[in-house]
Amino acid sequence: MNKDAAGHRPYSTKYTGWRLFWQSVLARSYPRIIGQQRELSWLFFDVLLPMGSVIAYVLVYRALKAPAEYVGFVVMGGAMTAFWMNVLWSMSSQLYWEKEQGNLALYIMAPNSMMSILLGMALGGLIATLLRAVVITVLGSWLFDVHYVVASPFALFAVFALSMVALYGMGMMFASAFLLFGREAWAISDMVQEPVNLVSGMYFPIKSLPFWLAAAASAIPLTLGLDAMRQLAFPAGFKLGFLSTNVELLILAVLCVVFLGGAKLLLDYTERLAIREGRLTESRR
Amino acid sequence: MELSPAKSSWTESWRSFKIATWLGWQIASNWTDPFMFAIYSVIRPIARAAILVVMYSVITGGDFSNPLFPYIYLGNAFYTYVFSVMNGVAYAVIDDREHYKTLKYMYIAPIRMPSYLLGRGVAGFLTSSLSVIITILAGIFFLHVPFDLRQVNWPLFVVSLLVGVAMLAMLGLLLGAVSLLVVRHSGFLADGVSGVLFLFSGAIYPLEVLPKWLQPVGFAIPITYWLELVRRSLIGNVAEAFPTLARFNNLELLGILAGLSIVFGVISVFVFRICDRLARERGLIDRVTNY
Repeated sequence: MNKDAAGHRPYSTKYTGWRLFWQSVLARSYPRIIGQQRELSWLFFDVLLPMGSVIAYVLVYRALKAPAEYVGFVVMGGAMTAFWMNVLWSMSSQLYWEKEQGNLALYIMAPNSMMSILLGMALGGLIATLLRAVVITVLGSWLFDVHYVVASPFALFAVFALSMVALYGMGMMFASAFLLFGREAWAISDMVQEPVNLVSGMYFPIKSLPFWLAAAASAIPLTLGLDAMRQLAFPAGFKLGFLSTNVELLILAVLCVVFLGGAKLLLDYTERLAIREGRLTESRR
Repeated sequence: MELSPAKSSWTESWRSFKIATWLGWQIASNWTDPFMFAIYSVIRPIARAAILVVMYSVITGGDFSNPLFPYIYLGNAFYTYVFSVMNGVAYAVIDDREHYKTLKYMYIAPIRMPSYLLGRGVAGFLTSSLSVIITILAGIFFLHVPFDLRQVNWPLFVVSLLVGVAMLAMLGLLLGAVSLLVVRHSGFLADGVSGVLFLFSGAIYPLEVLPKWLQPVGFAIPITYWLELVRRSLIGNVAEAFPTLARFNNLELLGILAGLSIVFGVISVFVFRICDRLARERGLIDRVTNY
């Protein structure tokens, strides 16, 4: 670390440019990854309790005497639900919460970019949720004896990674849009939660829906991500797949660009609008 | 005229409940126009029902004549109350503490907190009633759910519904008590608990589907009996096709439901007192968490 003329270390180092950007990303992800561990109740509430719904849907298939791969579909869908819930409640509506709690004005006053705050939220949320998703997958697979036959681990990883980038990019874009909302933000999040579970095929192959509905639902990264992952992880997956995995990978890559670019544009726009209209610290309760 | 302590306590509880009901309804509904609010209220349960309909349809090839379908469909429709009522009561703690930051004022106001929280759950009951009605109507008109108004046992239906909703409100109070001690991400508490109860209550499959060692859990929770009574009152002949609770007649089921509701109600009040005390001791009443 640099010392001043008298040989003293500075109390702090002033970062600028990319270093400031990444420091801000890490700083915003810190409470989600490390801070959260100080209150371990989430292990019970966010990991064990959501398993209840997953198991319930598995048992519906058992009651209907469905083929075994559907059980695996539900387990995988249950794990991916954790990411959707995180994006919806801890990304999209997060800036609304920050505004309500007074942090938003501080973020904007600080010399960091707002994009770094959003990226930090996404990174922290993704890592924290990954642990939940892994636990749900491991527990569900163990409980219901789910067998995976992964043809191409690299392709599976690529699909997952692209899905996550696109999904969290979508969350960043929504977070910007939600800056303009008041109490509607909470209601909108609540309203879209279950319909997205439906149209993205969390518990059944998306191919079961009418073609145009499935095609429209493909704008949600989870839809194609989940479909491609099922095709790559289960022997019967290809038979029940909506599009080929290569096409789905390509669309996911496009969605990544669209959502991340959209997040930047929308954030700039809403920030300007909110500053102009003096709504950054407004709290319509 | 001065009221006796018991009467004064009752009056205060009733007043707290009434005001909280009005407040809960305003919070739930006044952010938008009535049309948008109606859509908002029904979209979640309709989507949830649609997930099950698609799952059923994929596996059976669209054979909706199997008695299992109305069993699943009605169980799921009425299960809407479980989340809405429990969440309405429990989430009021998080909402007031972390969003409106008014929980501390509620505590110093001359109100009864349990009555206040129960009142906040009434809005959930009203909106979920709309959802349940629309879901059932969609089932009758589009999915051939065998429902005949003349065959419905209305007295049994009304009594079961009232006892069931009261029981759910008390379970919500239990979750509200726990919410006093945990951070904001426990906003999903009612979601998670209703997911677990969904698993054990036979809402969307007969309890026989559960492993034998888990079935006693289903028999220990009041929601199982409540859903069975609701199904029997609406589509008696279909509900009786499943052996789970066939050994009990309606009156016996009602007795079990009432008994378990009282037990869980007493536990809820007891747990609320403990959590309330701990939250005051630890200074958690005005805590704000923001992960």
